[in-house]
Amino acid sequence: MTTTTAAPVRPAPVRATRRRRTEIDSRRQRWGWLFVGPFAIVFATFLIAPLGYAFWMSLRLKTLATGERFVGLENYVKAFSDEIFLRGLLRVAGFAAVMVPVQILVALVAALVLDTLTTRLSKFSRLMIFVPYAVPAVIGALMWGFLYSPRFGPAADLFGLVGLDAPNFLAPGTVFGSLVNIVTWQWAGYYMIVIYAALRSVDPSIYEAARIDGATGRQIALRIKVPMISSSMVMVVVFSLIGTLQFFTEPQVLRSIAQGAIPVDYTPNMYAYSLAFSYSQFNYASTIAFALGVVVFIGSYLFLYLTRKQSGLK
Amino acid sequence: MRTTRRTRGRVAVPALLAMSLLAACGSGGDGGSAGSTDAAGGEEASCTNTITKTDAQQVTVWAWYPAFADVVDLFNETHDDVQVCWTNAGQGNDEYTKFSTAIEAGSGAPDVIMLESEVISSFAIRDALVDLSQYGADEVEDDYTAGAWKDVSSGDAVYGIPVDGGPMGMLYRQDIFDQYGVAVPTTWDEFATAAQALKDAGFEGYITDFPTNGRAFNQALFAQAGSAPWTYDNAEPTEVGITANDEGAKKVLEYWDGLIEDGVVGTEDAFTTDYNTHLVDGTYATYLAAAWGPGYLSGLADADSDAVWRAAPLPQWDASSPVQVNWGGSTFAVTSQSEIPEAAATVAKEIFGTEEAWKIGIEKGALFPLWKPILESDYFRDLEYPFFGGQQINKDVFLDAAAGYEGFTFSPFQNYAYDQQTTVLFDMVENGTSAGDALDTLQETLVTYGKEQGFTVSE
Repeated sequence: MTTTTAAPVRPAPVRATRRRRTEIDSRRQRWGWLFVGPFAIVFATFLIAPLGYAFWMSLRLKTLATGERFVGLENYVKAFSDEIFLRGLLRVAGFAAVMVPVQILVALVAALVLDTLTTRLSKFSRLMIFVPYAVPAVIGALMWGFLYSPRFGPAADLFGLVGLDAPNFLAPGTVFGSLVNIVTWQWAGYYMIVIYAALRSVDPSIYEAARIDGATGRQIALRIKVPMISSSMVMVVVFSLIGTLQFFTEPQVLRSIAQGAIPVDYTPNMYAYSLAFSYSQFNYASTIAFALGVVVFIGSYLFLYLTRKQSGLK
Repeated sequence: MRTTRRTRGRVAVPALLAMSLLAACGSGGDGGSAGSTDAAGGEEASCTNTITKTDAQQVTVWAWYPAFADVVDLFNETHDDVQVCWTNAGQGNDEYTKFSTAIEAGSGAPDVIMLESEVISSFAIRDALVDLSQYGADEVEDDYTAGAWKDVSSGDAVYGIPVDGGPMGMLYRQDIFDQYGVAVPTTWDEFATAAQALKDAGFEGYITDFPTNGRAFNQALFAQAGSAPWTYDNAEPTEVGITANDEGAKKVLEYWDGLIEDGVVGTEDAFTTDYNTHLVDGTYATYLAAAWGPGYLSGLADADSDAVWRAAPLPQWDASSPVQVNWGGSTFAVTSQSEIPEAAATVAKEIFGTEEAWKIGIEKGALFPLWKPILESDYFRDLEYPFFGGQQINKDVFLDAAAGYEGFTFSPFQNYAYDQQTTVLFDMVENGTSAGDALDTLQETLVTYGKEQGFTVSE
């Protein structure tokens, strides 16, 4: 945290200079602490301390019929052999495999199209694509719940027009797609803005040069624009990956209208939530949460490592 | 020099913290100042109601009864030494989640809390509730039916004072049965015949819905055929008996599975917006309901304007020896975090302990009282319900149902059991698992869980 304020002390030929230097340094240090202070306090109180407490809890075990005791890593052994947790992990991995590419593709295409347009319509479209992100996630999920509802949703009418029965969007087989749809609707606009901002920062003279060299619009988009914003793309994918592995809000909200298709342990986070707040197993819930954290960390680290060239981390 | 600088740095940080805290108080602290000037209450609490007698001891209460504000005002007007500070902390599981967190945190729970009787054991095992027998609960035992009292007590311990009940009956659409010329069923055999007859006569809806997430509803139906899945006594808190796949449960579930396969009952989730609309728009010809059901129904939107609702007793397996069951209903318990358990017990015993309070509860909240003086009064028996065309539904249905209810033993991990029940029932409806297999799976899951939680499990 403080590395930014601590300037390296170079050897000085004269003693007096060195003393002045250190004095300036420590004065800077003091101001540095002051600036970092408010953040550090909030960070420590609301993130580090709860994390530490949760980790301590995850090393203990308290069941309904027995007292609390220290069990070390026993909970973790149980978690990583817990069928429900592993099934949840597999499910979010499935979501990641589908949801991340879909979101990024939608966002990228929208950003590329908007980047080439300069009409008033493009400003309007940009705003409209972004709007779903401004809707709180819970409200968005509730709204989609109504749209999916066989009675209140428009599906029955739309399918009726062509003489078909509307599918049940909340059946066990279809709920996966329904959730992907909600998340894509909500997040594609946000990723689009990030990608679009990156595109705007590219020097347009490069495109001009490419055009003189005979590149088509598609070639410019795929061969020049995409590679030039690859670091932003990596960031967006990491956001989306982490968000998907921690999938919680949308399935939890939809569960209120599809309790059979979305069981309480649908995703690891939902599992941890119900363990803690429905079944009062706070210790094991902490373990699940931490175990998920480990998986997310490994997943995003692996991804960043594999894309270190594109992201410029190397 | 060095030390001075350090010290200054340290001072600056707490100063900043203090400033931000002050800012936080300034923005959020206005609400609580009104009622917090008293010394007797000691702690700051924000009540939904306004407390005028600020010198009296304050008892905090969480509850979600409809029209409860009037009941609280009535209590506060008629008591000088103790005042109720009421908050609605959410309904059912929403409130339990907050309570559960407060138990784990060691603070934050109210003095008195509204709990459904089915969750009492789950909280009692966590030492979250006070045994009220030491605060004179026995004195009011005679004010309640034996079944209601059994639901709140375990052995000699009493963990709650019963408030309202959910004896079950069948609410039905007279107009639909008349239109298709089908007789209103009184037994489950007749119910199955009527279901088929309605369908054959061209009725496009279903006779009723069998929701896989019915939780207490499904369990009550099982119990009617003698299913008693739990053996549990708080005096031996680490021993539990589980028989979720007993004969009664299997018989009932096979019955419903048959109706589902014949396509004569619905299987949609309960308590969703769609379900609520279907209840009143003529999709279902009957609503198997608890005594609080009429209040629930009359509050729903999109109802058929010409619907003719009537109430009848719940169909029976054996008409010659009827069995009455209960769905829901609630109690007031005192939490072990309360520093004033005696005053809290007084509130629990007395808040719904007057006729005036109950008239509010019955007429504005559509509650079904368990307090005998009003339960057995002529007023309640003869009460006519406009929603049922003036039918005296208590006299016709619910009083008998309440009187015949013998109590039920719930699990110390009831919430988990319900969630698992939903899972296996959904599996049965969706994937065609047989009723017997579904219940065997449920049994196995519950036994495993019980052992994992450190119980000595007997099957």
